[in-house]
Amino acid sequence: MMELPIYLDNNATTPLDPRVLEAMLPYFTNKFGNAASRNHAFGWVAEEGVDYAREQVAKLIGCTDKEIIFTSGATEADNLGIKGVFEMYQDKGNHIITATTEHKAVLDTCKHLEKLGAKVTYLNVKEDGLIDLQELEAAMTEKTILVTIMYGNNEIGVIQPIKEISAIAHKHGALFMTDATQAVGKIPVNVNEDGIDLMAFSAHKMYGPKGVGVLYVRRKNPRVKVTAQMDGGGHERGMRSGTLNVPGIVGLGKACELCRLEMESEAKRLSALRDKLENALTTLEESYVNGNREHRLPHVANISFKYVEGEGLMMAMKDLAVSSGSACTSASLEPSYVLKSLGLSDDLAHSSIRFGLGRFTTEEEVDYAIENTKKAVNHLRDLSPLWEMFKEGVDLSKIEWAEH
Amino acid sequence: MAYSEKVIDHYTNPRNVGTLNKDSKTVGTGLVGAPECGDVMRLQIEVDANNVITDAKFKTFGCGSAIASSSLATEWLKGKTIDQALEIDNMDIVEELALPPVKIHCSVLAEDAIKSAINDYRVKNGMEALVLEKSHH
Repeated sequence: MMELPIYLDNNATTPLDPRVLEAMLPYFTNKFGNAASRNHAFGWVAEEGVDYAREQVAKLIGCTDKEIIFTSGATEADNLGIKGVFEMYQDKGNHIITATTEHKAVLDTCKHLEKLGAKVTYLNVKEDGLIDLQELEAAMTEKTILVTIMYGNNEIGVIQPIKEISAIAHKHGALFMTDATQAVGKIPVNVNEDGIDLMAFSAHKMYGPKGVGVLYVRRKNPRVKVTAQMDGGGHERGMRSGTLNVPGIVGLGKACELCRLEMESEAKRLSALRDKLENALTTLEESYVNGNREHRLPHVANISFKYVEGEGLMMAMKDLAVSSGSACTSASLEPSYVLKSLGLSDDLAHSSIRFGLGRFTTEEEVDYAIENTKKAVNHLRDLSPLWEMFKEGVDLSKIEWAEH
Repeated sequence: MAYSEKVIDHYTNPRNVGTLNKDSKTVGTGLVGAPECGDVMRLQIEVDANNVITDAKFKTFGCGSAIASSSLATEWLKGKTIDQALEIDNMDIVEELALPPVKIHCSVLAEDAIKSAINDYRVKNGMEALVLEKSHH
């Protein structure tokens, strides 16, 4: 039996896998020790749990366990990576390169550093959501210390050419960092093959718990250092103080192990479901897939249904939990900056819906989502004056709208 | 954000969806908002010889609150004279639908649509266009 509502917002967060929960539970109760307590068994047991998790994480991304810094999540990892590099390498330069479609955890951190004297280049993306490598190359200067470009985009799922980007950064003597929150655990990510020096990600996007994440910091070729942003007991090799969230870390480790073992078959299954959803929904007139369809994560579909407004549409899709780039879903009344970066007009950005499939999404649910969405789009188009005008052949761009 | 029951009711069973002949002299049409802003309302009234609104129709591109605001407006318009209709205030809509602050602009848009439809009717029938004192710019 299918339960309603159906969760299709796995880019926002994912449900905890029961196997992950099971691994975590003892660390809430009898294995409650502080992993930094070096002189008794309670501490050792907790530390063992953390060490094992560190190995599980390292194995997933192809690094050593000493290169894993546990944080409270990807936002903290982004902050630590960018601010930490800026502070550590300020003798070398003050220039950082990023892109306009990054997550706010990166963009707002860069904006903060601009106030402290950083020069930041925000690369535009092409209409498919990918950055232009020539533009990146042209933006590199002697003062560039860091290039930070996300692995897979959270709204449209496009995957940036990471190997090429890191090669350009390294050629000019800069470090390469990536926010890989949406990619790790979903597609193969290997820090050595991809040339990654720093990488942020979190547990709750891969069926682990909320409140725990990782900053990967390369230790060899080159040895990378970041200045701690949280001072205290000198945990995590001095880069991130604070008592370790042992149950969370154990859960993250288990989540990484499950992703590593199941990724290949899961990616195949999800991309087939995603294609089914996308193919069915684009049979609706005037519906468009946003972002590059070749280089992208297997589980995300972002579709604009022209002449209907995203929030209104989501209300009609009441049995589906999805998200929209519509302004109405945010307090700012501005539509998604990511979609606008692709050159999408505001009205198409307002009309977008993001479907994020996940490990627990079934084909039956996708079939239901297709029917439910089609019905909702048709219902709202019946209510839409723009749809009526479009059908009558009125050129909407010629109308003088009263902007408000 | 949760919607009020009344918003859900109007959204799920919108009243008076449709189109009147905009070229008819007895029909006033108001088209307000902009696609770029995420909401466009078209509100139409049919007015008899005594300046009484006998029918009202709407179509709206927008969120649930925008759809509910315009649906409610059409209900309130029927049976009113065009002068009475001018007294409908956006805050009445806010109150009736229990709109949260972030959705007040939807009610303002509905008030604008009403006034714009009345003005269209007035101009078509040789009356002076009213200067709309209240706007949401």
